Amino acid sequence: MTDQTSDASIPSPPLADRLKAQAPYWTVPGLAVLGLVLIADASTWGTLTLAGLAMGMLIFIMASGLTLVFGLMDVLNFGHGAFISIGAFVGATVLLALTGWTGADSLALNLGAVLLAIVAAMLATGGLGWFFERVIIKPVYGAHLKQILVTMGGLIVAEELIHLFWGPNQIPLPRPEMLKGSWVAGGVIVEKYRVLAVVLGAAIFIGLRWSLVHTRLGLLIRAGVENGEMVEALGYRVRRLFVLVFVAGSALAGLGGVMWGLYDEIITAQMGLNILVLVFIVVIIGGLGSVEGCFIGALLVGLMANYTGFLAPKVALGSNILLMVVILMWRPRGLLPAGKG
Amino acid sequence: MAELLRLEGVHTHIGQYHILQGVDLVVPEGELTMLLGRNGAGKTTTLRTIMGMWRASAGELGLAGTDLRPLATPDIARLGVGYVPENMGVFAALTVRENMLLAARDGAMDESRLEWIFSLFPALKKFWGLPAGNLSGGQKQMLSIARAMIEPRRLILIDEPSKGLAPAIVDALIEAMRELKRTATTILMVEQNFRMAQALGDGVAVMDDGRVVHAGRMAELAADPALQARLLGLSLGAHQ
Amino acid sequence: MLRTLLSEDFPRSRALTAVVLLIVLGLVLAPFVFPGIRSLNTAATICIFIVLVASYDLLLGYTGIVSFAHTMFFGIGAYGVALSLKAFPASWGAVALGAGAGLVLAMGLALVIGLFALRVQAIFFAMVTLAVASAFLILASQLSGLTGGEDGLTYRVPRELSPALKLVSAKVMDVRLDGRIVSYYLIFGSALVLVLGLLRVVNSPFGRVLQAIRENEFRAEAIGYRTAFYRTAATCLSAGAAALAGVLMALWTKYTGPDTTLSLSIMIDILLMVVIGGMGTIYGAVVGATLFVLAKNYLQVLMASAAETTAGVPLLNELVSPDRWLLWLGILFVLSVYFFPTGIVGRLRGRA
Repeated sequence: MTDQTSDASIPSPPLADRLKAQAPYWTVPGLAVLGLVLIADASTWGTLTLAGLAMGMLIFIMASGLTLVFGLMDVLNFGHGAFISIGAFVGATVLLALTGWTGADSLALNLGAVLLAIVAAMLATGGLGWFFERVIIKPVYGAHLKQILVTMGGLIVAEELIHLFWGPNQIPLPRPEMLKGSWVAGGVIVEKYRVLAVVLGAAIFIGLRWSLVHTRLGLLIRAGVENGEMVEALGYRVRRLFVLVFVAGSALAGLGGVMWGLYDEIITAQMGLNILVLVFIVVIIGGLGSVEGCFIGALLVGLMANYTGFLAPKVALGSNILLMVVILMWRPRGLLPAGKG
Repeated sequence: MAELLRLEGVHTHIGQYHILQGVDLVVPEGELTMLLGRNGAGKTTTLRTIMGMWRASAGELGLAGTDLRPLATPDIARLGVGYVPENMGVFAALTVRENMLLAARDGAMDESRLEWIFSLFPALKKFWGLPAGNLSGGQKQMLSIARAMIEPRRLILIDEPSKGLAPAIVDALIEAMRELKRTATTILMVEQNFRMAQALGDGVAVMDDGRVVHAGRMAELAADPALQARLLGLSLGAHQ
Repeated sequence: MLRTLLSEDFPRSRALTAVVLLIVLGLVLAPFVFPGIRSLNTAATICIFIVLVASYDLLLGYTGIVSFAHTMFFGIGAYGVALSLKAFPASWGAVALGAGAGLVLAMGLALVIGLFALRVQAIFFAMVTLAVASAFLILASQLSGLTGGEDGLTYRVPRELSPALKLVSAKVMDVRLDGRIVSYYLIFGSALVLVLGLLRVVNSPFGRVLQAIRENEFRAEAIGYRTAFYRTAATCLSAGAAALAGVLMALWTKYTGPDTTLSLSIMIDILLMVVIGGMGTIYGAVVGATLFVLAKNYLQVLMASAAETTAGVPLLNELVSPDRWLLWLGILFVLSVYFFPTGIVGRLRGRA
C-alpha cells in the first residue's frame, strides 16, 4: 500500500521542547548546586550530599513498589508503611540473634549478617504482601475511598501486631562492627554505612530499570501501567502481574525497612508511617507510576532534607512540603508521570 | 458459510444504563461483517461485550461453540480474538517494536508475517525503534491493526478504524484491509464511514437502540438507497 | 420547629432516634446524673469529638474525600486560643481573637491545600494532607519558643469558666454550680449549634451537589458543576468546623499540646469514629464519637481486668491488654469498611 503518512517523517522537536523534556533529570544536579551555593563550604556540602543521596536511595527502595502498584492497578496502599516497619523488626530480630557475626571484625561476616536479615525481612514482607493483596486489597479494587480506609486500617492492625510480638518499646539496632564509623577524605565525612546504602540503592535502581526495559515481564509492566485493559485484550492476565508486582514491592519495602533501621540505629512500630510520609512526597513529586520519576524524587527529597537539616534544622520536613508544592506548580502531575494520560 | 461468532439476545448494563437490549448477531467464518449504526446505538459496547470488557447480563455469546460469557478478557484473547479498540490502545511509551512484541503472545514474531505487515504499513518499519506516542493518528491506527495481524487470529474486532483520519489515509487503510481479507480472517468491524463499509463489507448488521435492526449482505444494502435512508438516516448516506 | 432545627433530616429509624435522644439527654444531664470530674470530662470530650467527627464526615462521607489533615485544623483552632490566652490576660476578647485567628488560618490553609491537591487528582489529596499534617506536627513540636514544643501550653481561661467561679453557694443535686459547669454547658451548646449547622449544610443544595459529585464525578461535571470548587469549599467548611472544635478543646482542657490536638493517632481515632458510626449521615458522627470516647475511657478498664484474669496465659494475656485495644478497633474498622460500610447508623436504619 502507498502509505501517505510514512513520507512525512516525524519532525525532530525544537530544542526548547527537548530541553523541557529533559528538565526533570536536571533537578537533582540543580538542587545539589543550589545546596553548594547556600552552604558555601565544600566539605560540609560533600558530607551532606552523600548523606542525602544515601537517604534518597533508601526512600527510593521503599517507594518504587508503591508507585508501580499504583500505576498498574490504580491502588493506593497505605499499608505499605506496615511492610517497612515489619521488615525492620524481622531484620532486627535476625541481626540481634547474629551478634557473633555483627560483632566480628570481618566485613564478610558483617555483610553476611545484613544480607541474611534482608532476606528474612523480604521473605516476611513479601509473604505478608501476598496475604495483604488477597485479603485486604482484592475486595476493594477500583474504589479509592475504600482502598485508603482499608489499607490504613491494615496499617493500624499491623502496627499493633508489632507491639504484640516485639513489645511496646523501640529497639536499638546497632550497625555491624565494620559498618560503623566513617572515612574522612578531604574534609568530607564519608560514613561507611551510607556508602553501602548508596551502592545498594543504585544497584536496585539499575536492576529494576534494566528489567523494566529489557525483560518481557518489564515490558508487560510498562504496558500495564499505561493501559491495563489493552494488555488484557492482548491476552495477558494483568491481575496476576499485579500480584507479582505487589509482592515484589512489599519485599522491597521490607528491605528498605531493614536498611533504614540500621541507618537510624533504632526501630519503632511507627517508623513505617513516618517514612510513608516521605514515600508519598517522593511518589507525588516523581509522578505516580513512574520508577524513574520516583528515583529522581527520592534523591531530591533526600538532598533537600539534609541540606535544610543543616541550614535550618527546624523546618527540615517542611522543606520537603515546599519542594512538593514547587514541583506540582511546575508540573501538576509530577516530574515524569507514567501513562493514564 | 459456517458461523464463527454468535450473539443471541445479549443484554449489557453499564452502571445503571441498559445499553445492549437483546443483540442478535451472527458473524460467518472467513467474512468481514460490518456493524453499522448511529452514535450511541451500542456498537462499541457490542465489541467490548464480546471481548469480556463489559459483562453481558443476559443472553448467549459463543465463539465456535465456546461459551464466552464466563471467560475473562485475557482468556477470550487467548482463543484467538484480536481487538483494535476505538482509541487504538497503542502503548505510547513503548516503541513500535515493543507494541508488536506484546501482540505476539509467545514473545517471538513470525518473520514472514512481519515482512507482510511492513509491506502493508511501511511507516511501521520506518519508526520501528521509536516510541509509538510519536506516531501520527493514522500510523497509530495502522500499528493497532498490525498488532492484531502479527499472529493468525480466528476473529478480529475492529472499532471504527476510519475515525478522525483524512480521506487519503482511509483509502490506504481500505487497501490494507483488503489485503488482510485475502487471508480469509474473520473480521467484525464497526464503522460510521459508509464508503469504507461499502468497500470492505461482506455481510452487514445495523444497530439501533441497543439492538440489531437489520442483517443482510452489504452489497444489497449498498444498492438500496431507500433502505440506507431508513436504517442509517440520510446524513450517513450523503457521505458517499 | 424541630423540622427546621434538623433541616428535615431526621434519624429515620425508631432505634436510631432512641439512641440519639439517649445521647443528647445523657450529655444534657451529664453533670448531674454522672457527677465527678472524670465523667464530666468524658462528656465534654464526647461533645468536642462529635463536632470534630461530624465535620470530618462532611468531607469523607458527603464529599468522598479522604483527608489526613483534620487534626491539623483541630490543632490550629486549639493553638489559636492557647497562644492568645498565653499572650494576653484571660478574657473573652483574647478567646475571640485566638478563635478567629485559628479559624481564618485553618480555612485559608484548607483553601490552599484544596486548590493544590484537588485540582490535580483527587487521590493526591490523601497523600498530600498526610504529608502536610505530619510536617505541621513536627513544626509545632520543633518551634518550642512559640508552641511550647512537646510540652505544649498551659494557660488560664476567662474567670467565668474556671472552678473558682461559684454561681450559687448551695449545691444542686449534690453538684456545685461552679465555672466547670458553665464551661461544660458552653461546650455542649456550641457543639449542638455546630452539629445542627453541619446538618443544615449537608441538606442544603450545596450538600446535595457534594453528594452528586461523590456518586459520579464525571456526571456532576457533565451537568455543569465545577467539582473542584465544591470540593474545595467543602474542605474549607470542614476545616473551619474542626478549628472551632479545637477552640472548644482548648477552653475545656486549659492545655494544648501536640499529643492532644495534632497527633496522627487522633486522626486515626476520627477515622474509626466516622466509619464505625456511619459515613455520610452526621448522626453517625454523634453515635460513633460517643461510643468511641466511652469505650476509650471505660473499655480499657474492662480489658485491664480481663488481662488480670488471664495473667497466666502468655499470648491471650497480651491480646486483651488495655494497650492493645487499638488492635481490636483496627480489625473492627477494616471489617466495617467491608461489611458495614454504612456503619452503626446504617444498621439501625436498615432494621427500622
